[in-house]
Amino acid sequence: MEAIKNLLFRMADDELIYGHRMSEWTGMGPIMEEDIAYSSMAQDKIGHALANYSILEKEFQTANPDKLAFFRKENELMNCQLVELSNHEYDFSLVRHFLFDHADFIRYEMLSTSSFAPLAQLSKKIKGELKYHVLHADTWLTRLGNATDESHARMQSALNELWNYALGIFEPSDYEAQLIAEKIFDGEKVLQQKWIEKISPIIEKANLKIPSSSSPVYGGRKGYHTDQLQPLLTEMAEVISSEAEGTEW
Amino acid sequence: MSKIPLNTPVLDPRIKRVDLESTYGTTSIGENEHWISWEVFHQKKRGDQHVHVGIVHAPDAQLALLFAKEQFGRRLACVNLWVTKSSDIFSFSYDDEDIFDNATAPEKQYREASGFRVMEKINRYKKSKQKA
Repeated sequence: MEAIKNLLFRMADDELIYGHRMSEWTGMGPIMEEDIAYSSMAQDKIGHALANYSILEKEFQTANPDKLAFFRKENELMNCQLVELSNHEYDFSLVRHFLFDHADFIRYEMLSTSSFAPLAQLSKKIKGELKYHVLHADTWLTRLGNATDESHARMQSALNELWNYALGIFEPSDYEAQLIAEKIFDGEKVLQQKWIEKISPIIEKANLKIPSSSSPVYGGRKGYHTDQLQPLLTEMAEVISSEAEGTEW
Repeated sequence: MSKIPLNTPVLDPRIKRVDLESTYGTTSIGENEHWISWEVFHQKKRGDQHVHVGIVHAPDAQLALLFAKEQFGRRLACVNLWVTKSSDIFSFSYDDEDIFDNATAPEKQYREASGFRVMEKINRYKKSKQKA
C-alpha cells in the first residue's frame, strides 16, 4: 500500500509542478498558436495530477486533491527536480518538455497493464493526450535542432543543462522491488532503459548529442528540492490561502 | 477614432514593436518570421467530408497540423484534420461572379434543392414514426 501511494505521489507531484511551470508561459508564448498549444498541455498535466490525487483520496483515504496540491510543505513533495526548475527561454522549456514527456508517456504505457486497476484505467484514458504531447515535443525538437546555427546551439545547450536533471526522473524509490513483484509497475530502471531507447534516435534526428558524461540529480523523490520550488508553491497557493477554508469558486 | 500619440511607451516590455515612423520603408521580415498560411479542414467523424474551418500560420505542414489541432480540434468533435497550403488553392475571380448567375436565375428555380418538395414527405414520415 505504501508502495502504490509513493508511486502515485511521485507521479501526481510531477504533473502538478510541471503543469504549473508550463502554465507560466500562458500569454507569453513565442507565437499565439504555440501559446495556445502549450497552455492546453499545461491544463492536461494539471488534469493528470488531479486524477492521481483523486486515486489517492479514493483508494487510500488521503486528504482531498486541493489539500494535497496546495497545502503540503516543500519537503513533502516528491516531484523530480527537473520539473521544478524555473523557466528560462523557450528552448529550455521545449527540451524539458521533450525529456519529461517521453518518460511520462512510457511510464503510463507501462502502467496500462498494471495490477493496480485505477492506474491501468487512468493510463488508457489519457493515452491520446500524452501521445499528442510527445508529438508536439518531437516536432519542435527536430525542427529547431535542424534550423539555424543559433537554434541548434540553443537546443544543444538546453539539452546539456537539463540532462542530469532528466536522469533524476528515474530516481529509484524504496519500493522498487515490491512494485515489480506485485506487478504494479516495472520500475524506474526499466523505464529509464525504454526512455533512452525511445529518445536517442529522435535526438539524433534533431542533429543533437546526448552529453557524454552524466551524473543523475537525485533527491526530488525524497523531498529534497532546489530553491526554485518554494516560490512556485507560494505563488500556486496564493489565491486559495487568501480565502476562508471551504470557499468554492 | 483617436490616434495613438507617437512615442507612447510600449505597454508590454516583452514585445518589441516596430517604430513605423522611423523605419517605414525599410522594415523587412526575416525568412523564418514569414510563416506560410495553411487552410484547415476538419472531419467530425469517420466517413464524413472534411470541411473547411479556417486558417493557421506555420512554417511547415507538421506544425500546421499541431496548431490546427489546437485551434479547431479542441472544441468540436474531431477525428481527423487536413491542412493544405493556401497558395495551393485555385479559385475563380469575383469579377467572374456573373458566370454563376444562371444557377439562381428565377426561371431556373427548379434547379435549387429547395424546389424539391421532400420536406413534406420527411415530416409526414417522422410524424407517423412518433405515433407508432
